[in-house]
Amino acid sequence: MFAVMSTSDQAPYVIASYVITLGGIGLYVWRLLARARKIAPQVREEDRPWT
Amino acid sequence: MTPTPTPSPGRTTDARPTGTRFTRVLGAAVLLGLAWLVLFGLFLSPNDEKQKAGVRILYIHVPTAWLAYLAFIVTGIASAAYLFKRTRSLTWDRIAGASAEIGVLFMGITLVTGSLWGRISWGIFWTWDSRLTTTAFLFVTYIGYLAVRNLGGTHQQRARRSAIIALLAVLEVPLVHFSVKWWRPLHQQESVAEGKLSGLMLFSLFVGLIAFTLLYVWLLLHRQRVLAMEDALDDQGLDVALAERRAEGAQV
Repeated sequence: MFAVMSTSDQAPYVIASYVITLGGIGLYVWRLLARARKIAPQVREEDRPWT
Repeated sequence: MTPTPTPSPGRTTDARPTGTRFTRVLGAAVLLGLAWLVLFGLFLSPNDEKQKAGVRILYIHVPTAWLAYLAFIVTGIASAAYLFKRTRSLTWDRIAGASAEIGVLFMGITLVTGSLWGRISWGIFWTWDSRLTTTAFLFVTYIGYLAVRNLGGTHQQRARRSAIIALLAVLEVPLVHFSVKWWRPLHQQESVAEGKLSGLMLFSLFVGLIAFTLLYVWLLLHRQRVLAMEDALDDQGLDVALAERRAEGAQV
């Protein structure tokens, strides 16, 4: 359980791996959606067939 | 510099321009999957006898590595589909580009988490072991692929040259995967195939695999739609430039 892990000297590495993974993915998603929102108003409706 | 077309009344400015009902449901499933991964990976699964808490890194390290392989294989397949005359379409090229970018993201995460796991298991962040070296080489290769996609030219030129590179680059994937069998490196053998994980630990790994697979599909859909909009914007810019040039010619 977490109590077992938190007492270990490995805990900082484990937590860092989760933070870096989720943080990196979050940053990528944020940039991707921001880019989409920025260019979408300039693109014709017919060039966005999924909408 | 290409002129930017001004928005017309017929164009939409919604908050989720690349989203559909399917991607919204998928996105919710991804969030749920990642929450489950954190719950099982950090809280519910037990420590390993040998690796202790370090085993928890494997629940993200292994799935991101597998998904990076999958992303690069999809890039290869989509590139082949573009080069094949009967299926030639820029949609394949955009799927290839989107998948490669996501693969680079996952491979980067694999390298970082692997490095942290290495510090726990071996006492060092990095060593020039065959698995680590081939993985780093694969990562750099696909960064090069993404750089080549941005060299300029027409969409067709971009698609052709990057498809050829993708078909060469994908040959590295089996080299990385089987490097642990062929060269017997410091990196451990396949934990899942050899049955080293069981019970809640194996379940946590599969939760990670499902969560990252759903995430990959969600990212692929959104990224290739952004690429489609970028291509359309390029074409619109070209149309505007041609129209301006024709208007100038008519005045003379």
